[in-house]
Amino acid sequence: MSRIFTPKVVTANDLRAGDVVYLTAAGQWTRFHNEAALFTAEEAANAALDSAAAQSLVVVGAYLADAKAGPNGPEPVHFREVFRTRGPSNYAHGKQVDLAQAQKVA
Amino acid sequence: MYSYSDFDESFVRTRVAQFAGQVARRLDGSLTEEEFRPLRLMNGLYLQLHAYMLRVAIPYGTLSPRQMRQLAMIADTYDKGYGHFTTRQNIQFNWPKLPDVPAILGALADVEMHAIQTSGNCVRNVTADHFAGAAADEIEDPRPYAELLRQWSMDHPEFQFLPRKFKIAITGSPHDRAVTRAHDIGLRMVRNGAGEAGFEVIVGGGLGRTPMLGHVVREFLPIPDLLPYVEAVLSVYNTLGRRDNKYKARIKITVHETGAAEITRMVEERFTETRAQFGGADQALLADIRAAFAPPAFRNADTAAYDAAYQADGAFRAWADTNLSQHRNDGYAIVTVSLKSHGQTPGDATGDQMRVLADLAETYGHSDLRISHEQNVILPHVHKSDLPAVYAALKGAGLATANIGLLSDIIACPGMDYCSLATARSIPVAQELAVHFKALDLEHDIGPIKLKISGCINACGHHHVGHIGILGLDRAGVENYQITLGGDGSELASIGEKIGPGFAYDQVTPAIERLLRAYLDLRLEAGESFINAYRRLGPAPFKTALYGTGDHLDAA
Repeated sequence: MSRIFTPKVVTANDLRAGDVVYLTAAGQWTRFHNEAALFTAEEAANAALDSAAAQSLVVVGAYLADAKAGPNGPEPVHFREVFRTRGPSNYAHGKQVDLAQAQKVA
Repeated sequence: MYSYSDFDESFVRTRVAQFAGQVARRLDGSLTEEEFRPLRLMNGLYLQLHAYMLRVAIPYGTLSPRQMRQLAMIADTYDKGYGHFTTRQNIQFNWPKLPDVPAILGALADVEMHAIQTSGNCVRNVTADHFAGAAADEIEDPRPYAELLRQWSMDHPEFQFLPRKFKIAITGSPHDRAVTRAHDIGLRMVRNGAGEAGFEVIVGGGLGRTPMLGHVVREFLPIPDLLPYVEAVLSVYNTLGRRDNKYKARIKITVHETGAAEITRMVEERFTETRAQFGGADQALLADIRAAFAPPAFRNADTAAYDAAYQADGAFRAWADTNLSQHRNDGYAIVTVSLKSHGQTPGDATGDQMRVLADLAETYGHSDLRISHEQNVILPHVHKSDLPAVYAALKGAGLATANIGLLSDIIACPGMDYCSLATARSIPVAQELAVHFKALDLEHDIGPIKLKISGCINACGHHHVGHIGILGLDRAGVENYQITLGGDGSELASIGEKIGPGFAYDQVTPAIERLLRAYLDLRLEAGESFINAYRRLGPAPFKTALYGTGDHLDAA
């Protein structure tokens, strides 16, 4: 029985730093959710997850997370994944500051 | 306090060296994540939402100033300048990097600390009354027994792969500050008819998705029988406990499915065997351990300085009224330092604050510090004449919040701000409640109350035993918060009742305000606490306060 496939991104944590990362279309890892590859077909998503999981010297705990297309690239759907794009709500720690700094440098 | 023996020292150092090798092999690809994961968990290293998390045990909640300073150093050097004290008397570092963890474990070993058995299906950090050795109502300091249990359970070959994790709590006081009825084994010191001290042994308590209060399996256990009896309980559980279903694997389910009477019979039967196997070495060890917990040399001094400050300084008086507890020595007080400054994260302390606490313990507190399961820090032995100076120093470090036992003294688990198991956030709910009720200036009027928040059903925030419990869930992709009422973690332990549907994230604070305004209207007099009013009135009027009178809301 066919069912509608919710688009996915491949996400994981960086093996060394633990930071949240996403798989890009080029097969690289990015810290930015909107740079992730959005997989709209289940087979491609699973293949991407397999290739991501094989990169065990770079990442840990790869999985598929629901996402949707947005004006600047893929956006998270579930609130858990939204939190993973920013960091904790009690301190200005994690991506919400690290990425802002990274963007400034760039 | 207790110092590591040569055996302890060598065991911990060996584990650090082993783990350093394991990390190196993970980083060079010799170990897969599948192989590495159980090894890192055996050393307290979790992978959380945004980063790794290192959980470090603080056995029976006791720290020396030197250890506290080392935790501060680790926070400043390897983390983001703070640590999070948990409801299991552990400290968690939320941002360590994998290559740094062996160095952190080495720094912990330098001060006789480690992260072993803070994960996995083994006996976890043994927790104790945070007022141990100081409380006025205490029969005996329970920490020598906690230390004996720690040594016995550390790397115990029979109990490294239990059906599930196993938590032991111990108190030496009739007033239960260690939540003994909600642990796999709870030990309460009692006296028998002859006046001898021993233990009431409670088995099969636990919170989580199936909250249960433990059953008394032995009303009086003589002290020399402690280890063989606890070993008998573990042995029966290890045989009977379910390994087929993670959610039915805790001993509370074993007791529930087998029956408390049958479990008791089996434990007693096994105990006849284990007792015969203990040849007295444990008692010799206990004698040595006891010596390490001898009470400090309390000094006799005038307390006039305290009385004068109490009369003259309103802020000091407010703090003294909420944050001091009666000490066994009349000239002393137990100081609870609040890590619940309104709007701050419950249980967090910065490296600077840790150093201030270490200094205060050294200067004024017989070099003793405790971490409570309620996520505060205790200076258990402060002479009353030193309290004004201690208060002034705490105030300077942002640690003088006068709210112990009040609404804003909230237990909150890390929730979805950090934890990968969480289904909703808990920290910002706690922050908002504390700030809101401070703005209303109501928390002193409301008086003693236990408000506890968990961000998932695993209940690290002890919500089931909160007078008011809040449980954060994911309802169809939205954070939703269930409220339970009437729970209690003390010697009058009870599990809170869910009384209606959950609330959206932004509706929690208004709901709690309605609930507490109803309490203020309903109480017989100012001295009737929330929990006592709830016990007298039952849930009905509080349910009405939360939901109105509409019958359509009764469904959940």
